[in-house]
Amino acid sequence: MPDPRAHISGTETTPVVSLASVRFTYGPRIVLDDLTLSIDAGESVALVGRSGAGKSTLLKLINCLLLPESGTVIVEGRDTREWDPIALRRRTGYVLQEIGLFPHLTIEENVALVPRLEGWTEARRTARAHELLELVGLPPAEFAARWPRELSGGQRQRVGVARALAVDPPIVLMDEPFGALDAITRQELRAEFQRIRRQLRQTVVFVTHDMDEAFALGDRVGVLEGGRLTFARAAATR
Amino acid sequence: MRLLSFWMSHRSELAAMVERHLFLVLWSTLVATAIGLPAGIIAAHRPRIGRPLLAAASIAQTIPSLALLGFLLPLPFIGGIGPRIAIVALILYALLPIVRSTAAGLRSIDPAVIEAGVAMGMTPRQLLWLVELPLALPSIVSGIRIATIVGIGTATIAAAIGAGGLGEYIFRGLSMVDSTVILAGAIPAALLALLADGVLTWVERRLSPGRHRLARAAPIAIATAALLVATLAAAELGPARPSTIVIGSKNFTEQVVLGELLAQTLERRGVAVTRRLNLGGSFICDRAIRSGDIDAYVEYTGTALAAILKQPVVKDPEAALAALRDAYGRAGLSVLPPLGFNNTFAIVVRRADAETLGLETIDDLRRMDAQWRPGFGYEFAERTDGYAGLASAYGLRFTAPPRVMDLDLVYRALATKQVDVIAGDATSGLIKALDLAMLQDNRGYFPPYHAVPVVRSAVLLAHPEVRQALTQLAGRISEDDMRAMNAAVDVDHRDVAATVRAFLARLGT
Repeated sequence: MPDPRAHISGTETTPVVSLASVRFTYGPRIVLDDLTLSIDAGESVALVGRSGAGKSTLLKLINCLLLPESGTVIVEGRDTREWDPIALRRRTGYVLQEIGLFPHLTIEENVALVPRLEGWTEARRTARAHELLELVGLPPAEFAARWPRELSGGQRQRVGVARALAVDPPIVLMDEPFGALDAITRQELRAEFQRIRRQLRQTVVFVTHDMDEAFALGDRVGVLEGGRLTFARAAATR
Repeated sequence: MRLLSFWMSHRSELAAMVERHLFLVLWSTLVATAIGLPAGIIAAHRPRIGRPLLAAASIAQTIPSLALLGFLLPLPFIGGIGPRIAIVALILYALLPIVRSTAAGLRSIDPAVIEAGVAMGMTPRQLLWLVELPLALPSIVSGIRIATIVGIGTATIAAAIGAGGLGEYIFRGLSMVDSTVILAGAIPAALLALLADGVLTWVERRLSPGRHRLARAAPIAIATAALLVATLAAAELGPARPSTIVIGSKNFTEQVVLGELLAQTLERRGVAVTRRLNLGGSFICDRAIRSGDIDAYVEYTGTALAAILKQPVVKDPEAALAALRDAYGRAGLSVLPPLGFNNTFAIVVRRADAETLGLETIDDLRRMDAQWRPGFGYEFAERTDGYAGLASAYGLRFTAPPRVMDLDLVYRALATKQVDVIAGDATSGLIKALDLAMLQDNRGYFPPYHAVPVVRSAVLLAHPEVRQALTQLAGRISEDDMRAMNAAVDVDHRDVAATVRAFLARLGT
């Protein structure tokens, strides 16, 4: 039987993200109820559950797109109510199923957007964008100047991942990142993701409805049901 | 190819009209964009504010353009004849397409893109400038394009209130029933619209890389068809420009009578005449004579100075005439000697009263101001150069407050003894018909409105007999004569030509 509580044994470091007794409702519907979760630095947590179970809501609580009704969400030691939401989001990479690339910007400009918001010089932005495109397997010489609509779904999601990693955020949130892709591309991107993770060691929280994917990519797999979170066993393979 | 030769002979005027037309449209579109863009953003972001905003813009759009100009005319600051009010009206028309397309452009952005932007830590302002506006830009530009095209069309109406532009040719052509002149304005306006459409569509497409659109065919087809019809109409319609002397007139009875009078006077001397009577307001007549579409018409000194030449009011008739001769002379127009009568404001009493009480001048009225009740039209009652000025100029103190009513009613109110003294129109036919008498403005309070024939100097040079004939009318038409002719046409419904013929016969020229 899975461990009901989300404490990692033998770790003394303070968690990067911790949710305590979080409750969240949409009108009469209770989405999250008395939810507690803590995630350590460098950990990869996969959240599964049927649609409407509150997976995306949980992600949005972490980057302050939503605030809990009761309970606390603490990111890097500070309550999200006290964070400047803009500053918090800049430290949080976000990858979503619909990808949401900016159609009026080139691939390079898409990847370099958060650095641009952060006021990096153009040379530094370009260098970083090229580095990341290389990392996600899109040679910049070929892809940097192209437009999002010219790319396949899988290529676009690689750009989405690169964009989320642009300022090397300590936390990356992924909302069904591979959900809209075909099976082969998914396999490919999963492998790619594991490679990148091993390289960068960011804290990752990702949401999926695919159990295999959850166990393949998560150090821990949490199941959201009826507003509560229960943890399955740690992933067998890494 | 009468049209081409018309354009050739009017090319500097045409250039000025195109320039004025563009001035009206560019300014109004610019201001409408400055207002409509933020309004569209608000409409998209806050539907609760946005919906009434859009509704208001839609309502403005549905008001017929002439009616809208009419509504705006009396407003303070923006009202009054001229380009300002036209620009305001054009702004109102341009708002709806701009607000609507801005809101639609913003609302049609993929929500995932917005979500990504927010999650990346964009401030609302960054989101607007870096994501929303660039993505909505093609839609916004298409709104501006539509506003511009509508503006170019609507601006032709603005000529009706003296704002100028290509509509002047259209209105002039309509009132002269000359399709060449209509087309001279309509075709450049259509071409401008096509040009604006082309340029802005190009801009629109440049702003949406790769998103190809096919909406191009429709406007081009419509415009081409319109041009074709117009050109065919030009070929079919319209008599050739006459080589005779063209007499014009404004669009009220006295003017038509005077136009006919000039025409018959010339015809009696064997000069061939074409009548373009009932043209429109002073402005239209002025433009028509300056561009050579008419050769002569009768103007009033006060009107010419104030309304056409925009000069200060001159109270001395001789000085007014001199100022007029000077200003017109520089425009290649000659002012012939006054016809005699002065169509000014008139202080009018019942003839019976004037005779029994011995009233001849407005000064004499002071004897009666304790007992008499005055009646005025709205304008005379309100204007400082109306009743208030008159009272202080003559030291009149009416104990009874003036009754204010519609100008058409004051004559009858006087005749039926509801009031005892009125301010009217010096040459109104009703003065004679209702047996009223006009008191002399012995202190020269009212500016002079002497009727003078205005003739193109070139015509006078080429046809000396025109000057000879028209000079014979100098000083021959008294206020009484004019009143009698106005009354014959307006009160007795007599034929204008017959009335004038009878008058000239009596004059014996």
